[in-house]
Amino acid sequence: MQKLGLLLFVIALAIFTLLPGLGTFSLNSDSLKTNTQYHQQEILAIAKQDGVLNKEYSSNIAYIKDLKSVLKKAQTALNEKAQNGLPEGVSEWDYKLGDWNVKDYVLNTVKASANGPVQSNWLWMFLLTFGLAILGGLLFILPKFRDLPGIKNDHIYTASATRGLEHPIRNGILYLTIAATLLYGVFYMNSDFFWSVLTLLIIGLIAYLVFKKQGHSALNPPKSASPSATGWIGIISGAYLIGFYVLLYWAPHYITSWISLVDPISMKLSGNPASQWFLYGFLYTIIVLVMGIRMISKYRHNKYQIVRTISVIFFQTAFAFLIPEILVGLNYPYFDFKNIWPLNYTFFFDYNLSSLMASGKLGIFMLVWGIALILIAVPVITYFYGKRWYCSWVCGCGGLAETMGDPYRQLSDKSLRAWSIERYSIHAVLVFAFIMTILVLYSFFSGSDSVLFISSGSVRAWYGFLIGSAFAGIIGTGFYPLMGNRMWCRFGCPLAAYIGLVQKFKSRFRITTNGGQCISCGNCSTYCEMGIDVRWYAQRGQDIVRSSCVGCGVCSAVCPRGVLRLENASSDIGSRAQELRTIHISENDVKILA
Amino acid sequence: MEIVIIGNGISGVTAARWIRKLSDHRITIISSESDHFYSRTALMYIYMGHMRYEDTKPYEDWFWEKNKIELVNDHVDKINSTNSTLSLKSGKTISYDKLIIATGSKSNKFGWPGQDLKAVGGLYHLQDMENMERYSKGLKKAVIVGGGLIGIEMAEMFHSRHIDVTMLVREASYWNNVLPTEESQLITEHIKDKHIDLRLGVNLGEIVDDGTGTASAVIVKETQEKIDCGYVGLTAGVSPNIGFVKGTEIECNRGVLVNSNLQTNIENIYAIGDCAEQREARPGRRPVEAIWYTGRMMGESVAYTICGKKNDYDPGIWFNSAKFMDIEYQVYGAVLASPPEEHKSIFWKHQDGTKSIRIIYHRDDLSILGFNLLGVRYRHEVCEKWLREKTHVEEVLKDLSLANFDPEFFKEYESEVIALYNQQTGKKLGLRKKRKLDSVLEFLSIK
Repeated sequence: MQKLGLLLFVIALAIFTLLPGLGTFSLNSDSLKTNTQYHQQEILAIAKQDGVLNKEYSSNIAYIKDLKSVLKKAQTALNEKAQNGLPEGVSEWDYKLGDWNVKDYVLNTVKASANGPVQSNWLWMFLLTFGLAILGGLLFILPKFRDLPGIKNDHIYTASATRGLEHPIRNGILYLTIAATLLYGVFYMNSDFFWSVLTLLIIGLIAYLVFKKQGHSALNPPKSASPSATGWIGIISGAYLIGFYVLLYWAPHYITSWISLVDPISMKLSGNPASQWFLYGFLYTIIVLVMGIRMISKYRHNKYQIVRTISVIFFQTAFAFLIPEILVGLNYPYFDFKNIWPLNYTFFFDYNLSSLMASGKLGIFMLVWGIALILIAVPVITYFYGKRWYCSWVCGCGGLAETMGDPYRQLSDKSLRAWSIERYSIHAVLVFAFIMTILVLYSFFSGSDSVLFISSGSVRAWYGFLIGSAFAGIIGTGFYPLMGNRMWCRFGCPLAAYIGLVQKFKSRFRITTNGGQCISCGNCSTYCEMGIDVRWYAQRGQDIVRSSCVGCGVCSAVCPRGVLRLENASSDIGSRAQELRTIHISENDVKILA
Repeated sequence: MEIVIIGNGISGVTAARWIRKLSDHRITIISSESDHFYSRTALMYIYMGHMRYEDTKPYEDWFWEKNKIELVNDHVDKINSTNSTLSLKSGKTISYDKLIIATGSKSNKFGWPGQDLKAVGGLYHLQDMENMERYSKGLKKAVIVGGGLIGIEMAEMFHSRHIDVTMLVREASYWNNVLPTEESQLITEHIKDKHIDLRLGVNLGEIVDDGTGTASAVIVKETQEKIDCGYVGLTAGVSPNIGFVKGTEIECNRGVLVNSNLQTNIENIYAIGDCAEQREARPGRRPVEAIWYTGRMMGESVAYTICGKKNDYDPGIWFNSAKFMDIEYQVYGAVLASPPEEHKSIFWKHQDGTKSIRIIYHRDDLSILGFNLLGVRYRHEVCEKWLREKTHVEEVLKDLSLANFDPEFFKEYESEVIALYNQQTGKKLGLRKKRKLDSVLEFLSIK
């Protein structure tokens, strides 16, 4: 049964993967999607001239190449014409063809030009991809409910999908990804290499501080996430995920058949055709749901895990997916009520502020709500319950990490070195998000793009590219099978940094340890997705307060001796977090000896 | 001063860590088992694929150099106590001012025919686990001789690889020489639920050689039944690993004999952990306790003594824990398999057969004596305080929520325990506190 499930899933994934390569494409006045008649006419004329019009393409790659060339020509032609004066009453950008128009037109036109299995047999294709994958997943997962409840970590480090990577290979892939991102970043910022170089300098500075200044180059960690043998299925799944994110963020026109696949659902929900973001949201929600069932099957002896998993499924489905789509359907702004700045870095962007302010009472409510989350909810709720209320109960990134990412939680790097890098990098992103938002707000109120010598538009674009897409998506999720499921949350998320500061300095939350019962086995540290060396504290009876702890509770679940408990108390943690509590478990004994 | 520690297990390493905290003495740890300290109790998790060997090391490899603790991978052949030197297998000699023997245990072998064949082994050292691994490929069936904690761990290990397991257990039910009857029964049922072939009341007769010096079957002593298998696990307890000490001037019995300061008959030689035997056992305790926690406490205690703060080793109130397959076990205080008459107990058991709570108190003065828990976690400090203060059982029951250490949202069974007591005694007690860390800290007067 489980093997059949796996087989069905692999088949569905194969069909899904092949889908963008199937079908034919042709450009005509119906399939060309533009915003103005000037653009439409010019593009059609050039397409005709170049023999692209009505030509049938059997591959989207060739089609996109020709379409882009036509659009480039149209862009040049319109710009030239515009110099001779615009037609009466037409604004500049209704006539001239901007770069952002080109991006939009390529995506929408390719989507409309396609004639393939998705267009002719939508229901079948939907069932063969999403339907079959869900069915396969459930066939794989549901039989697990028959096993006796208990910890289910057998073979994780022998399975090719979950065992992780050897150190050199892991680092190689990481460095390659960073290099490729920065190189592509030059192109993304229109050949302006300033941002990539600046980023490289900051990475270099952090490396210098960690490796040289703190001497971590000499402290070679054995506790990194790299076993002595590499799991190739893990590498392949990581590569697949990375590829998916690259296409999604920077080349969605290659995956229009996937977008078309969810069109009918989007139409039902919001009345609009699907965008790549709808596809992403739909996929995300399905994965959280199915893998959430897996999480529940795995931890069904543990009610904390069950309640928490239901919570992340609920917030993803209702708050992140359905409510925003329904709002759009009702002509209100798209709004995710649980997404908080600075994770939601577009919250203070001009277009968002304008759209909220133009949407009546509900819009103003959303604006106030968003600000209240930042200023009131985060400090107050974190004070009472710790970071977990958000990171492992509500957040979408956390939701994915706790469901799809659960099989990879052991791959987080537990070394002191990794902790050191983490503190620099996550706070650097927080500072970046803060500065970027200040600049954007300055521009919004002053109406001027440049602040001193910097363009707030470029800062914003670079943040979106580097942090919003590359870090949160490609490294954040693409690296699940390579370096664990919380890469983004641990090293990058500015909101996690902010909540973490509250947790560290003013919160009732801590993990208490149970006297002297620890046997230093290391299950807690191994399965800590945030790479906290839980055992370091547990074996000396020290209660734990760490800014990065997301309170997933898995350390407590996997502990074979009942040593760890997530707790809240108004009493100051004080002496209970001191290092010398250790072995002699009662306070009295420590006093006698000391 | 030059301090040498033989053995890099929890006892030796704890001693080294505390000596380093308290002094600048030179510290050398000698072990031929592994380069670095790893957690012996986690061996099973390596085999089952929950962790890698690296993950079982509580400290990163650079820790030792940074804390100026020298590690030597070698085997001590002989202790020359007259000139305070050690002869190592490599031919080197190391001298010491103070010596700590912390060589742990070895698996018991009771002279069974075939006990030294290949594909036969205990589970104590890293090499034992590697030996299991070596013979696990294609292994269909394993026989484990002996119940106890290591036996059930080994059964779980093979079970995780879908290898059939038969356990030969001398007792009438699992570990009933330590666990009270009901708990022993509960675990026995759980082992059977896991489809492990548990044979009770039988002993190993001999291990059969397949002709190549490898085990191929065992013969049960009582029935003469032959059970074919590809591996034989010997888990009938452990005994002090002191072969190299015997015959020297250091006095030994079962273990290295030590006084209350953990000192042997030679002034500058100490022994701690599994290999140490108390000349006078502490009341209610055994002279040799092969327990992780006592080893750790002895390490700390000996460190203070060596660093000039002489103190009697005092393990405090008995506690221990284990995990039987999926069922966690915790014990605090005096919980005896065959309790004397004056030990009364309240025993609550969940209908699903995976949880139980036993509270033991004195028949006459109703003072609390012990807690025995299966599938439920209790808070060490709270139980310890009650036990130390010999609290009245009814006070304990009314505050029982303070002891609960299960994760949030778990169902709490304390009211059911009280109801049982009320039923037995006709009293009408009720819980007066909620499970809250604040109340616990207040109770422990830690604020």
